[in-house]
Amino acid sequence: MIEICIYGRGGQGGVTLAELVAHAAILEGKHAQSMPSFGPERRGAPVLAFLRVDETERIKVRAEIKEPDVLLVLDPGLLGVGDVVSRLKKEGMAILNTIKSHEEMKTKIEANKMATVDAMGIARAVLGLPIVNTTMIGALVKATGIVKLASLEAPMEERFGKVAAKNIAAMRKAYEETVVS
Amino acid sequence: MKKEKVVGLEGSFAVSEAVRMANADVIAAYPITPQTHIVERLSEMVAEGELDAEFICVESEHSAMSACVGASAGGARVFTCTAGQGLELMHEVLYIPSSMRLPVVAVVANRALSAPLSVWCDHSDMMAVRDIGWIQMLAENNQQAFDLTLCAFRIAEDNEVLFPTMVHIDGFHLSHVIEDMRLPDAEEVAGFIPDYKHPFALDPDKPVSMGCYGPPFIYPETKRAQEVAFEKVMPKILETWKVFGDRFGRYYAPVEKYRMGDAKIALLTMGSYSETAMLAIDELRAKGEDVGLIRLRLWRPFPFKEFREAVKGVEVLVVLDRCVSFGMGGPVCSEVKSALYDQQKKPHVVGFIGGLGGRDIPIEGFEYMIQSALEKVKAIERGEEVETEMIGIRE
Repeated sequence: MIEICIYGRGGQGGVTLAELVAHAAILEGKHAQSMPSFGPERRGAPVLAFLRVDETERIKVRAEIKEPDVLLVLDPGLLGVGDVVSRLKKEGMAILNTIKSHEEMKTKIEANKMATVDAMGIARAVLGLPIVNTTMIGALVKATGIVKLASLEAPMEERFGKVAAKNIAAMRKAYEETVVS
Repeated sequence: MKKEKVVGLEGSFAVSEAVRMANADVIAAYPITPQTHIVERLSEMVAEGELDAEFICVESEHSAMSACVGASAGGARVFTCTAGQGLELMHEVLYIPSSMRLPVVAVVANRALSAPLSVWCDHSDMMAVRDIGWIQMLAENNQQAFDLTLCAFRIAEDNEVLFPTMVHIDGFHLSHVIEDMRLPDAEEVAGFIPDYKHPFALDPDKPVSMGCYGPPFIYPETKRAQEVAFEKVMPKILETWKVFGDRFGRYYAPVEKYRMGDAKIALLTMGSYSETAMLAIDELRAKGEDVGLIRLRLWRPFPFKEFREAVKGVEVLVVLDRCVSFGMGGPVCSEVKSALYDQQKKPHVVGFIGGLGGRDIPIEGFEYMIQSALEKVKAIERGEEVETEMIGIRE
């Protein structure tokens, strides 16, 4: 089982991200669980969502994820808030939206493995909006291979209708641009 | 072969699918967190023509249940859903369908009660309605939320039952979680839910009075009649779950056991944390401890026979309550103790209160309760008084 914590801010779509990937995994015949950590549902406030994917076993645990295998941060500003990074497992992977270089982030954040992408830049260019959730799915898939990129198309079409195509394009662009090491 | 497909569905949408497939006639509900998605999805289904039902937009939960009572008295298949304070506002009217034998089906997304204001899950709301004459059952995952909602219609509307039925799904833990589940074919479901006709529905050609004035010369007889009728509900619940299991392959029971073979220590849970508790049992079993898990699927009528059967041979029973009965401890624990009072051989019962207002209980939390209970039993055996412990409290 892979356990993922998604940190974002209200309005960035972290919960939707978890749900879309869960749907994609289930379509692939895997077991998945997306679980929001509901707090004050305000635009801009820190929001945490959980995602579990298991290739073979039904997922029974419903407790919050305390030590994720993967930490996905939608908003660079959250890296300085509370215990965001310290929760990550020693052998875990941090996936970050940042305008800074991969090398610079490697010196700043302590993580065994790291993936970085300028998701905000891609979202602004492709979607025309500063909403990075679907873009960061591209980074997540590149960094973990948790699902196939194509498996996200149907869930996105169902969720976004007319604007699905742009979101799929943003995801694919982020998949290409994400640096992993 | 069973026709079904694996889908990813949020608990709320799973419930809405069950209501759609059961082909409800009237839905009256008021949105409240964490139940809102059920109402939203159902209103969408009605608006899109996917469900041919009357959706009554009411101004409160009190009105929602009042509308349900009227529609059910008219012979309609009726559904509502609510949570927390909404169930409390509905409380006054909840007694009416149970004493007028109107088979309203309600789903409650369990939520804590104010104050302080909490939208998160615990079982305070469902415990506050345990004495109202409704059948109450609990789901542990989204599959069960769907299955039990379907079963609720068949149980409630059985002409030998005709009691309103509540299905409890833990707020957020099920209502807002997307997970994989099996969705049966609509035709298969249609075959499971028979056509419904209330034997004494309101009819202008055959006028009847309902909910009349009950002076002392008749009121106790009506309550006795209600109690006698409620005592006959259990066989119908068992029958429905058997028919459901034979058709869909998933069997339910009033009390369900997990790794209870030769268990000397048993943990008792209800609702969505039960599967997390199973993982704690697995870990303790791996260490060689004789522990198992008992889950109450049915809360009303209380399954006395099945419960006593399940704890046979158990020496320590550890009960988790997600509600406080102030000055009394936990309501499930006190009920369990009363169910065992007359038994010659009975386990020590140790109660804990946890998971209030959405507070997380990790796997270790269940392991802690079991270890701590063994210490408490030693104290009980020394003749000391042991209080109900609230777990994970910062002092």
